[in-house]
Parts: sequence; C-alpha cells; structure tokens
Amino acid sequence: MKQFYHFIIKEFYHIFRDQKTLLILLGMPMAQIVIFGFALSNEVKNAHITIVNQSNSAASVKLVQKIESSKYFEIYNQSTQTTDIEKMFRKGSIKIALVIPPDFDKAILAQNSSRLQIISDATDPNVATTLTAYLSIIVAEFQKETNQPNSIPYTIDVETRMMYNPQLKGAYNFVPGVMAMVLLLVCTLMTSLTVVKEKELGNMEILLASPVNPLIIILAKAVPYLLLSIINIITILLLSYFILDVPINGSLVLLFLVSILFILVSLALGLLISSVTGSQKAAMFISLIVMFLPTVMFSGFIFPIENMPLPLRVISNIIPAKWYFIIVKSVMIKGLGLAVIWKEVLILTGMMLFFFTMAIKKFKIRLS
Amino acid sequence: MNNKVIIVEKLTKIFNGFTAVDGISFEVEKGEIFGFLGANGAGKTTAMKMLCGLSMPTSGKAIIAGFDVYRENESIKKNIGYMSQKFSLYEDLTIKENIRFYAGIYGIEPKVIKTKTALLIEQLSLEKEANMLVKQLPLGWKQKLAFSVAIFHDPQIVFLDEPTGGVDPITRRDFWNMIYEAAAKGITVFVTTHYMDEAEYCDRVSIMVDGQIDAMDTPGNLKRLFQAESMDHVFLQIARKAKRAE
Amino acid sequence: MEKFVSEQFPIIVSSVSKSYTTGKTVVKALDNISFEVEKGSLFGLIGPDGAGKTTLFRILTSLLLFDTGRAWVDGFDVITGYKEIRKRIGYMPGRFSLYTDLTVQENLNFFASIFETTIEENYDLIKGIYAQIEPFKNRRAGKLSGGMKQKLALSCALIHRPSVLFLDEPTTGVDAVSRKEFWDMLQALKNEGITILVSTPYMDEANLCDKVALIQAGRILGINTPQHITQSFAKTIYRVKNGNMHALLQEARHWDFTEQVYPFGEYHHVVIRQGSPEPQFPAGIDAGKIHPGIEDVFIDLMRNNEQ
Repeated sequence: MKQFYHFIIKEFYHIFRDQKTLLILLGMPMAQIVIFGFALSNEVKNAHITIVNQSNSAASVKLVQKIESSKYFEIYNQSTQTTDIEKMFRKGSIKIALVIPPDFDKAILAQNSSRLQIISDATDPNVATTLTAYLSIIVAEFQKETNQPNSIPYTIDVETRMMYNPQLKGAYNFVPGVMAMVLLLVCTLMTSLTVVKEKELGNMEILLASPVNPLIIILAKAVPYLLLSIINIITILLLSYFILDVPINGSLVLLFLVSILFILVSLALGLLISSVTGSQKAAMFISLIVMFLPTVMFSGFIFPIENMPLPLRVISNIIPAKWYFIIVKSVMIKGLGLAVIWKEVLILTGMMLFFFTMAIKKFKIRLS
Repeated sequence: MNNKVIIVEKLTKIFNGFTAVDGISFEVEKGEIFGFLGANGAGKTTAMKMLCGLSMPTSGKAIIAGFDVYRENESIKKNIGYMSQKFSLYEDLTIKENIRFYAGIYGIEPKVIKTKTALLIEQLSLEKEANMLVKQLPLGWKQKLAFSVAIFHDPQIVFLDEPTGGVDPITRRDFWNMIYEAAAKGITVFVTTHYMDEAEYCDRVSIMVDGQIDAMDTPGNLKRLFQAESMDHVFLQIARKAKRAE
Repeated sequence: MEKFVSEQFPIIVSSVSKSYTTGKTVVKALDNISFEVEKGSLFGLIGPDGAGKTTLFRILTSLLLFDTGRAWVDGFDVITGYKEIRKRIGYMPGRFSLYTDLTVQENLNFFASIFETTIEENYDLIKGIYAQIEPFKNRRAGKLSGGMKQKLALSCALIHRPSVLFLDEPTTGVDAVSRKEFWDMLQALKNEGITILVSTPYMDEANLCDKVALIQAGRILGINTPQHITQSFAKTIYRVKNGNMHALLQEARHWDFTEQVYPFGEYHHVVIRQGSPEPQFPAGIDAGKIHPGIEDVFIDLMRNNEQ
C-alpha cells in the first residue's frame, strides 16, 4: 500500500512539472465547449437574404418586415430585378433569395392565392434545407395573419412541440459529446503515453527488475488522470450550465457516477494500449486513429447512428462513447433515472472489466 | 600566409549568467591533430558548437578555416566536417545512399560523387556490403564509415566528438590510422575523447577545466611538466582541480 | 549441494545462448556463455559495444528470456525464480534510467519505497556515495552532470542493500576523474560483502576487478584474474618509439620478427613472432620489453578469434 502511495505521488510530480501539458489538459474542455458552442454551431442565424420585391405593395412590404424581424435572416439588399441574384450567389454574398411577383397583392385579394419563389444556395444542403424551411414558416405565419378576418374553412393547424429541447439548441447534443471526447482524450491518450514513456526512457527496466507488482505500476498511472478527469467534468458542466444554458434535468449524483464509470473504461483502454505498444508514437497513433476517430464518428454526437448502414451500426456498439453519450443525454437532458439506463451502465461496466483484465494480462513482466 | 586554420581568442559563452566557456584562446595549424580534452561539464561541447558555427559566442574572437564565427557561419559549415558518436549515419539507408546523401548536401558533382564513392568503398573494403543497410554493420565499421563520410567533401577541418566510444581495441586503432591519413592529406583534426591513450596520439592536446583551458602542449611536454608517466595521470592531476559541479 | 554452490557463487551462468532475429538475419547475441561469480567479488565483463554485455545483464536481472542454457542468481533460477531475484538484486542499466523530472531526493525516496525500505534504513551503505550529491538533493536529476547522475543511479540501485549488484557500463562516456572515483566506490561496496558484476568497454578498468571475462561478439575469449590473464600470455611484447611515430608504424610492420604492431599511447606495441630470436631493433628507436596489458591480450584474442 505504501508502494502504491509513493507511486501516485510520483505520478503527480510528473504531471505538475509538465505544466504545458497540464494546461492543455485543463484548458481543453473549455476550448471544446467554446468551439462547439459558438463557432461550430449547426444552428443557422443571420443568414444573408436578398429580396426581389417586384410588387412593392402594402402586403409585400409587410412580408419583408416580417422576414427582417426574424433572427434567422438578415436582409443583404432589396431590388426589383432578378438579374443580380446569380451574381450574388456566386460571390457568396447571400445564402437565399426570395422573389415576390408583381401581382402579389392583387393575386392574394382576387384569387386568394399567389406564388413566391425561394432560391437557395444548396452547396451546403443542410443549411439550404433549414433556411428554406424557416422562410416557408415565416411565409405561412404571414398568410395566417393576413387571413385572420376572413378565415378560410377547413384549414389544418399543425402545432409542433419540441420535447426536451424546445429551442432546438445544438448544445443539448454536443455537450454530452464533448464530455465523452475530452474524457477519452485525457484518459486513454494520456495514460497510454505516460506508461509507454517509462518504457522508452528505460525507467521501466529498473521497475521491472524490482519487486513492484505490475498491478501497482498500472493502477498508479491511472489515479491522477481519474482526478484530472473529474475536474474536467465539473468544468464542462459548469460552463454548459451557466454559459450555454444547458439544464441538468436528472440526478447530478447519477451523472457523476456514470461519468466516473466511463472514465474508468477510458483509463482501462489507455492502459491496455500501453501494455501492447512500445513507443509513444505507436501509443499516440492507436489512441488517436483507432480510438478517437471512431468515437467521434460512431458515438452519435455528430453523425446520427440511425442513418448509418447496418454494418456500421453494429460497429458502433463496441464504441464505449456511444453508450456514455446515450446515458448522459438521458440523465442530463431528459432527466431520466437509473431504471432507464441500466442496460447501458451494465455494458460499460462489462467493457471496463474486460479492458482492465486484458491490460493486466498483456502487461509484460520482462522486456520484449 | 599563415597556416592557422583555427584561431580562437578569449572566446566566451554565457548562458543565463552561467559562464560555460570562459575566455579560451588557442590556435591550431593545418594538418594538426588537436586533442580537446576535459572533464564532463567542463565546457567542451559548448566550445565545439561555437567553433562549428552552431552557437553564437557571447564575446571573443574565433576564425575557423578563414571565416568569422559571427558573420560567416554558413561558410564555416561548408568547410568543416563533423562526426559524433551519437549522430552519424542514417541506419535505414544503405552505405551508398548515405554517402550520396551527405555528398549531395555539400554540392559535390554527381560524377565526382560516383568515382569517389567507388574509391572509398574499395579503400574500406566494403564492396560486398555497399548496398547493405547501415544498421546491419558492426559498430566499428559504422564509425569508420561515418568518419569517411565526414571528410568526403575534403573539408579543411574535421571535428570528431568522442568518435571511438565503446569501439573494440582493434577498430579503435584502425580508426586512428584513418585520422593520421586524413591529417597527412592536410585535413586538420579536432578531436575529443575519454580514452587517455588516444590523447597520446594527438600532436597537441588542451585540457579544459571549469570553462578554461588549464593546460595545452604536446603530450610529451605535458607529461614532463606534470612529472607524470602517462596522459591519464596528467589528466587526473588537472581535472581534480575542478570546482564546478555543473 | 546446489544450495552450497549457490551460496558460494551468487551468479552462475551455464551454456547460455540467445539469438535475435532482425528481418532475415539471425544475430547470435550470446553464444554458449558460462561462468560463475564468487560471493563478495567484483567481476568484470570487458568488451566493446555489441559484444552482448547488455543482453547478458538483462538475462541475469530476469528481464529477458533466452534460447538455451540455465542461469541462477543468488540461488534462484532466473526464469522461474524471477520474483525472488527481483527482491535481492540492484540493477543500474547502461542508460540513465531515473526520472529526470524528479529531484535527487525524490528519486531516491521513490526507489526506497518500491523496495519497501527507507533512505534512513540503509543510509550507512550509500552514505559514502550519496553524501557527495546530497548538497544538490533538491535539483532535478535531469540537470545533474554525468558523474553526479551516475552516483545517484548507484545510490538508487543500492537503497535496498541488494546482495548482488549489476552495473551495465557505468563508466561509459564519463571522464577519467569520475571513472576513478566510481571504481573506488565499487571497492568500498565489495568490502560490504556485495557481489558485483560490472561491464565496461574500457580495457584499463579490467585491472580493478577480481576476475574478468573478456567478451567479444557474444563469445567469451577468456576468464581469469586480470593478473593471470596477462601473466599467462605466451607472446613477447616490445614497446617502440622514435621521432616519427607514423612512419615507425609502417616500418615496424615489415620487421621479420613482427607478428603484430599497433599504436599504444605514446608507444607502438610490437608482438614478437613466436620462435623468433631476440629482436634487434634499428638504430634510433627507443625499444623495451614490457609486460602485456589486458588490452594487448584482448587484441591478440580478438585476432585469433576472427581467423
């Protein structure tokens, strides 16, 4: 036990004396939250629009005002000519254009119907679809308001409600994703690097020639990163709660416990990688390419797993982050309890035991 | 015309208030084998880096192969060769590829490289191994090859940093034989070593202690001066005075 | 019987061979090595880099498996008894293997703790060595000079009072003064009853050992006390010197009594062909018969081995 204690002390010395790395480890979650929260958001805001208003009537002006007041659009310019639209698209000045025909006003009054044209830049299909949908909704609302006095019979009003995330905020999806990513990076990458470093620098040669139990060497490496990761979880939760307004609807204790479980899985994975590799280069490669990339792709936080073909959906099941992502979303956003997530918790526990056993089994008691 | 290819006057290097090299002065003549000895941490490596144009002196003067270390360090690099125990050849290239690569760096004509390479491989009797990877060669051969590569471009001076560390006694002597041959061709040899018997092979040696040159003369004169029977004893007498604990 | 043998010889190596395969080529790192080291003695493995010294150290410290043969350390088989061996030995690998980001004292404390002991418990053993670096105990190990690093590494290897000490090239790249100090320390440790196996590429250090094995290309060329090795050398050696040593070397090669000639410090050594009459040296040459040194013997053994 005393050996173990001294080992942990030593690991902390290593961490605290490499201040640049420590700074990166503690700063990374903050940077991730800021990047995903503000820069990489897939919500569309203030998209430039040009409005070709050939009608210039009271009704068309009202529609333009309505568009202008929406936070989704910013009017780039207005004209009565359709000729410049393509030029503006080519230059990338606008994302979408709306053409209001000359007879807009009269058509509404006379025939109760009119046609508008929406043209959008579909080089990014997601943005184009989203913008078109937003603009259609504005037009529909405008129609509803105009029609109020002389209501048409038999209209169907669809009332939608977005459960758990009424404002359709991206943060609700990426905060759990960032948590999984940061924990994986800190735990898997850093632990595998630190063990392999001892091999590379020759320290392991002395440790192996001493009576220390390999279990102690391995576990002592994991402890400081467990603590660092807990600090990182707290940072992420505080930032997302106070800055990104992401609520914590479920039990905070449960959220912490499952996070620690995921940390243990990641640590075990890092130790396993370090047991089977001999150089920091190899450990880095395996951690980043073999672990980190699939985590980003198959955890469901950027690409929805439901849309993937069957083989990829099957592969996604062996990615620990997928299960953690489901758990965090359930507990944090939906406010659900253990009764619902027990299956995922069980899977992660199994993974942890498997990786730890493998790491210890694969740990070499001799050189090469 | 003077024949002095290394002229050093009061050369000093200070790092963060620590005087690593403290006003050393010496001259080395063309074709001389100059042994640069000193205890670990005496400042040998720092001094050598300045002479090779890799590190800027804090003060003092150094003219290497006729070029000033402050202003003409690129010209210095073209006119010297360098070899150390740690850095020498690329292990994953063949002997021929290594020679080609280093000769190419110094801008030697491809035709000349070809004829000189053939000659060198014949001299070292490495005909069979010419297309083998360097890592498959025994250490002693690697060191001999590295030295040949370092003087391939006929530099005025070659700097050797512990070239024979860990090499077997026969190869060590073969190596010194090559040094003599290079010196006879007019190449000045500037060498550091921890083998004191090798100090005897030098024309002159200097012994550095705490950043300064404490003794400099031919091995014979130094032994007489210190009434010692070998350079080992001379070195022990001088280096024991070191106060610096680095 | 075996118990008795192991008590008298803490290190026993019996016909050990080990090969490495790199790509297509098989390299014999150790070729049928056998020797014993007597309790409380200082045994030197003398040979150049690549001779197989490090491989042998790793086998004896239970870090490496081998192809054939057997080896015992302190009475335990190095393969089956590795746990016991690791409690009893001190090991200083060829490359500095302490933590460069920990201070001198932190390193020592750490190694004391992994052997479940304390600095105080065995302070008297390491005192002579550690006292020299104690003024720098709060300095990071990476910032120490070569000689001080070596003293710290030795202190760490001794902190649990091992019965057998393995030192792999402790003096390589270290200046002559530090080397001398280091060998003095080893003599002191030997007097404490610790059995020491040390390797070195410096031939002149052989004389400081009780017994040496000359090793080259995985094979032992000779084992004995340094005195016996040099005294039993059958050939006669003269040292020669004149004003032009380089020309003298060329000239000496052609003397009819010369078997070998090679530079040796300020002289050249001439090995006399066996059966030659008393050599007559040309005028102007300072020549004298000498007792051969370990290096002379090594060179001769190496040449015979190559043929």
